[in-house]
Amino acid sequence: MKRKEILRKYEAKPDNLLYILHDIQDASPYNYVTEEDMEEIADFLGLPYSKVYGTATFYSMISQKPRGKHVIRLCDSPPCHLMGSESILDILKEELGIDVGQTTPDMLFTLEITSCLGVCGVAPAMMIDEEVFGNLTPKKLRKIIKDYREGNV
Amino acid sequence: MAHRLNVLVCSGASCISNDSLKVKEAMLAEIDRLGLNKEIKVIETGCMGPCQLGPVILVYPDETLYKKVQVEDVREIVEQHFLKGRPVERLMYKSPLTDELVHKSSEVDYFQKQVKIVLANCGNIDPESIEEYIAVGGYEALGKAVTEMTPDTVLNEIKISGLRGRGGGGFPTHMKWMFTKNEKSDEKYVICNADEGDPGAFMDRSVIEGDPHTLIEGMAIAGYVVGASKGYVYVRAEYPLAIERLQKAISQAKEVGFLGERIFQSDFSFDLEVRVGAGAFVCGEETALIHSIEGKRGTPRPRPPYPSASGVWGKPTVLNNVETYANVRHIILNGGAWMAKIGTETSKGTKVFALSGTIKNTGLAEVPMGTTIRELIYDIGGGAPEGHEIKAVQLGGPSGGCVTPEYFDTPIDYESLTQLGAMMGSGGVIAMDETACMVNTAKFFLDFTCFESCGKCTPCRVGLKQMYGLLDKITKGEGEEGDIEALEKLANTIKTTALCGLGQTAPNPVLSTIKYFRHEYEEHIHDKKCRALVCKDLISYEIDAEKCKACTLCAQKCPVDAIRGQRGVVHVIEQEKCVSCGSCYDVCPFGAVQRLSGEN
Repeated sequence: MKRKEILRKYEAKPDNLLYILHDIQDASPYNYVTEEDMEEIADFLGLPYSKVYGTATFYSMISQKPRGKHVIRLCDSPPCHLMGSESILDILKEELGIDVGQTTPDMLFTLEITSCLGVCGVAPAMMIDEEVFGNLTPKKLRKIIKDYREGNV
Repeated sequence: MAHRLNVLVCSGASCISNDSLKVKEAMLAEIDRLGLNKEIKVIETGCMGPCQLGPVILVYPDETLYKKVQVEDVREIVEQHFLKGRPVERLMYKSPLTDELVHKSSEVDYFQKQVKIVLANCGNIDPESIEEYIAVGGYEALGKAVTEMTPDTVLNEIKISGLRGRGGGGFPTHMKWMFTKNEKSDEKYVICNADEGDPGAFMDRSVIEGDPHTLIEGMAIAGYVVGASKGYVYVRAEYPLAIERLQKAISQAKEVGFLGERIFQSDFSFDLEVRVGAGAFVCGEETALIHSIEGKRGTPRPRPPYPSASGVWGKPTVLNNVETYANVRHIILNGGAWMAKIGTETSKGTKVFALSGTIKNTGLAEVPMGTTIRELIYDIGGGAPEGHEIKAVQLGGPSGGCVTPEYFDTPIDYESLTQLGAMMGSGGVIAMDETACMVNTAKFFLDFTCFESCGKCTPCRVGLKQMYGLLDKITKGEGEEGDIEALEKLANTIKTTALCGLGQTAPNPVLSTIKYFRHEYEEHIHDKKCRALVCKDLISYEIDAEKCKACTLCAQKCPVDAIRGQRGVVHVIEQEKCVSCGSCYDVCPFGAVQRLSGEN
């Protein structure tokens, strides 16, 4: 969806800012909001650019740099940590060949760490886009990555 | 019952993460294949509680509980159980105590000490069906409140019930409501804090995913009492399923007329909107949350004024968390006195706890206040996994503290936990066994709060970082005399000077681990020893010559060529080269690599 179409869905009220940022980011093939996006949102809502920029950069889920098609968020909260999320992270880095915060050269995956996903009963857990995966083991993890690579999702 | 069997498939996020939806699809297909559609109804429900058994399926009327069901198991269940009436024993729950099959879900030990009020509908109804909610008495409380009661009589019932905030602080709910009610204003608001960010807490997610109408009903009743016609539910973006189900529930409630103009033909109108966060823990703090709803950076501001006087858009606002609102309809239907009978002197009703960490039965458990910590983690949680022992539980997440076994017989209420140096918080219970290093755990919590600090006030922004630095130093074996005292001093300063709840409580995990595990801190500092063998810089590796089969596997894996030896010659680790990465320990098939700490 184009930026203008997204903006048209909303009333020009400042409290819609977070919704708009989410929407524009979700519509971006690279999962981020650009400077032009933020400028246009500022114009639309009648806010100074600094306010929009300030809000966008405050929240960890809004990105200002291009990310992969799929964003992998590994939970590293204490329950997941206790259940071995660190070794899951090692395998993720190895499988993807990237570090936390980086994107694979084919722009398929970005690897991020997230705070608690609230599925501590099935720790260690991660989220790919909006899908949650729990009870992660090295084997299960490799299969999930393979499925995403092959587009079987 | 129109159907011979009702098959409830748990579709809480935890079970979904283990493919419960695929199991449900397979079940529908199999039922269809056998032409049983008219006899068997498959229902997606919210969280049933025992997450470690997921995906969980419950079959009514016989109450058979199936655990860890996978797509491959579906055919057998349908053919053997649904068609021939022979439950599939290999998938049924076995009591860990007697090793016997448990035939009815109500007899499962995990459920026996629980009293379900808040979670009564979770796992029993289809959360996406308002009809099912109405069938179990849904919206009766709202109807009763707006047609038979005045705001004052409702408020009085809440007061009699003794309900206190379930989100952390435990502030009496009726007082919050009363303050907002007494404010004179043309507009007032009701907000639900569903920004459940505490690591290890997931009851709010489960309530919204499993029984969203309960929350809507509770908020509408709050609106009636305080005189608000508009409400917001602020949900964190990490919970997409909860957002989806809540939005669906709100539109259903609007269609039927439980939200909107003149509810139950009364003069009361109430509308509800969902607001979604974007990944900021501090937004769980009420003033930060209000800023976030307004579309601003989620930074807190000093109080007073409290939200009851000046909340969203500067208007009087009542703000409670999900579990608090979920109690409201039960109080209206059963009377405040009914709830006041449950619990302890100061804390009434039940509390939902989320069990996680190194504990056998992870998941959600709702127990009466006054239940002991021991009952919660042993009778319900099943204790530590085989061969391990629980050495502490962290209560209240990064704002709370740890409690050790000698205090496990303490009855849980707001005051008793605070006295122990922990707190009720939102009810996260993280169990830790002897493999957890308490210094490292404290550092881990602090790493989290440092990262999530919004940076507005200096004590939190700078102070926590300093504390983290000290802890980091200690876990790296560079701790010095005086570090513990410096940590304590910093912690107490931050507690008294930080702007909001995040900073004021962030030092708690450090203070409580120092209180109960000071010896571990001292061992790290003086003996350079980590007894849990967690802190990498304090561990050395050695090969047990008796056990080594000289297979060279470890030598091949070693990234720094620190292992001498060849096939047939027992291997030795050259300590001066070793970087303590642990590859040899992980790879040795014979358990010949030993981890040591503090022994040289």
